[in-house]
Amino acid sequence: MEDLLNAIVLLCNFVIVPALAYGAQLALGALGVTLIYGILRFSNFAHGDLMAFATMIVILVTWVLQDAGIGIAPLPTALLALPVGILGAIAISLVTDRWVYRFYRERKSAPVTFVIASIGVMFMLNGIVRVVIGPDDQSFADGSRFLLEVGEFREWTGLKEGLAIKMSQALTLAVAVLCVGALFYFLQRTRAGKAMRAYSDNEDLALLSGVDPARVVFYAWVIAAALATIAGTLYGLDKSFKPFTYFQLLLPIFAAAIVGGIGQPLGAIVGGFIVAFSEVMITYAYRKFLLYLLPQEWVPDGLVQLLSTDYKFAISFVILVVVLLVRPTGVFRGKVI
Amino acid sequence: MTVNRRACLLFALMAAALLAVGFGQSWSLSLTILNLCLISAIMSLGLNMQWGYAGLFNVGVMGFAALGGVAAVLVSQPPVPAAWSAGAGDLGLTVLALIATIAVIVMVRRAMPKGPLRAAVTFVLAIAGYGFVRIFFDPATEAIEAVDPSKSGYLGGLGLPVIIAWPVGGLIAAGAAWMVGKIALGLRADYLAIATLGISEIVLAMLKHEDWLTRGVKNVAGLARPVPYEIELQTTEWFLALSQTLGVSPTEASSVFVKLCYALLFTAVLLAVLWLAEKALHSPWGRMMRAIRDNEISAEAMGKDVTRRHLQIFVLGAAVVGLAGAMLVTLDGQFTPGTYNPLRYTFLIWVMVIVGGSGNNWGAVLGGFLVWFVWVEAEPAGLWLMDMATAGMGADSPLRAHLIESAPHMRLFVMGLILLLVLRFSPRGLLPAQTRH
Repeated sequence: MEDLLNAIVLLCNFVIVPALAYGAQLALGALGVTLIYGILRFSNFAHGDLMAFATMIVILVTWVLQDAGIGIAPLPTALLALPVGILGAIAISLVTDRWVYRFYRERKSAPVTFVIASIGVMFMLNGIVRVVIGPDDQSFADGSRFLLEVGEFREWTGLKEGLAIKMSQALTLAVAVLCVGALFYFLQRTRAGKAMRAYSDNEDLALLSGVDPARVVFYAWVIAAALATIAGTLYGLDKSFKPFTYFQLLLPIFAAAIVGGIGQPLGAIVGGFIVAFSEVMITYAYRKFLLYLLPQEWVPDGLVQLLSTDYKFAISFVILVVVLLVRPTGVFRGKVI
Repeated sequence: MTVNRRACLLFALMAAALLAVGFGQSWSLSLTILNLCLISAIMSLGLNMQWGYAGLFNVGVMGFAALGGVAAVLVSQPPVPAAWSAGAGDLGLTVLALIATIAVIVMVRRAMPKGPLRAAVTFVLAIAGYGFVRIFFDPATEAIEAVDPSKSGYLGGLGLPVIIAWPVGGLIAAGAAWMVGKIALGLRADYLAIATLGISEIVLAMLKHEDWLTRGVKNVAGLARPVPYEIELQTTEWFLALSQTLGVSPTEASSVFVKLCYALLFTAVLLAVLWLAEKALHSPWGRMMRAIRDNEISAEAMGKDVTRRHLQIFVLGAAVVGLAGAMLVTLDGQFTPGTYNPLRYTFLIWVMVIVGGSGNNWGAVLGGFLVWFVWVEAEPAGLWLMDMATAGMGADSPLRAHLIESAPHMRLFVMGLILLLVLRFSPRGLLPAQTRH
């Protein structure tokens, strides 16, 4: 019995808790991608770099606050800096929309033109981030590191395995729940949110009913930018900030959006967790877990790891391809590009 | 101005720019830039086939270039006999196990009716087969990587002349593209982009972490060269005499000479690829490709097999990119999987094609030259600009030091700006594709 409990705690500590936090971060990113797809109808390749840009602002403001001795311990100071980051991200999104995307929208260009333009935006944002903060790892987490420490947990329960919950993980889940709640309230209950859903479902009908397209696009960028800032900051607090890593997040984020059904907010959330759980579960080494459950001689000698962590991209990719081949609309019947 | 006259003018300007670098900075630098311009031009020709002829949105250029690069290692490096004797037996068993697994899966799938049960059985068999293959594969790689890890720790190559690696690089990339295309080409533009982006990351992860094959991030340095070594030249009679008549030091002359040799080789390859590409584009086959690109449905209605043609052009384009990738690694003289970066190897090539003019081979070549030139020269220019802009800050200002240090990253910004400007104001590129009626 105790072995079983130990095994469950072990799995919680190394798989379930990290995957929940990672899934929430991916979900917030994927919500932004899916909203932009639903309203502007293109895959925004600059989303990863928008996250990096916004997180960079948060980091800079955090540093200023830290120097001034302002903090909200035990919570990280970055939370205080978050609103500034959101404003910065919204500003840059609206500027790029005004100067880049609006032109193609008015000419009703092919979606692929938008994608190429977003690659241009991606380069520019990437350049700005690297010039301002450099290409290296930056740490900006402060406050208390753990909500629950391994030692404490062991004392409480008397188990051999410990469970640790990082502050950043708890924070990620709490903030993600708040954001998703607010987003769904906005989309379901407010006039502007309904206009957005109508526009996403059927552009012509929405226009006929008097929906102002400029407003809808404005809201889409504001929400996507805010979510990107929050996702990027939480990811940075949980792991670390490195511009290139944020660019690479693009793949799992797209995978999450497509798995859930592109253009479907609920799908983006489910997709985020599907991708995160597959990634963590497939790259986890199960040897110790099995040792608790099976007699020693049954457990194989190796790590019992299905795939080394080096290949975590492969997992997002395989999920993506399987979904596209089996159910191209995604779990929640989204659009087919 | 007709496109032809504009092309001549722009190519002349490009040559003048390279000459200016030669006179202003140094000839060695000018030739270095030229060599990479030539390779970039070949890469962008490859991408232009996929995007310009057929409208396939491939964002996995980096993966194919890296696969071409690995060919240089696998062909030219001497084999490591100790590693072969340590791991060959188990590797052979791995291959047999893999074949057996695939055979079982194929047989079971043939025997069972289509449906969810068959999918489930296939899935279970694939997982079991994966475990089965790893029983042989894991000890094999472990044994190989244990052989003198600081010097080899991999199987080595075939020990053949490195030139052979170029077509082989193309072949490897083409093989990978065939597999990718089989899976992903049915998808529409955005999905294909994301799928190819993923594949290129997977290819790179493999090259970085399969140490038994590529040495991974330990890199393979000192690759064989198709041209003489500087040191050898500096001790050769005729060369010393030549440098004396020219009045330059043997060191400098040898460096320029080696780069010239590379430039000649690369130019020959570029011209060959360009000639073939032009022939293909203006043949009935090229017309068919453009017809498919412009309207898939009507092309299909005319009886063209769109999926097959897409696969064909995808494989061809990838082969050209792989060829260029192998040439690049040959020029560097080392294979360093850690240095492949999608901004440099995928998206920069995209900028080349869009700026040059998608669908026009000459445009792709010009784009390759121009964008690479700007990419390289933006670094000193950015430094100089930043130095000027921050001159008022005082010599020991930390902000100034930081800005000057990060100035080279400005070129990413510049590239994005160029791409957006061309896309907006000259969407068909500097040398638009000509449509003949």
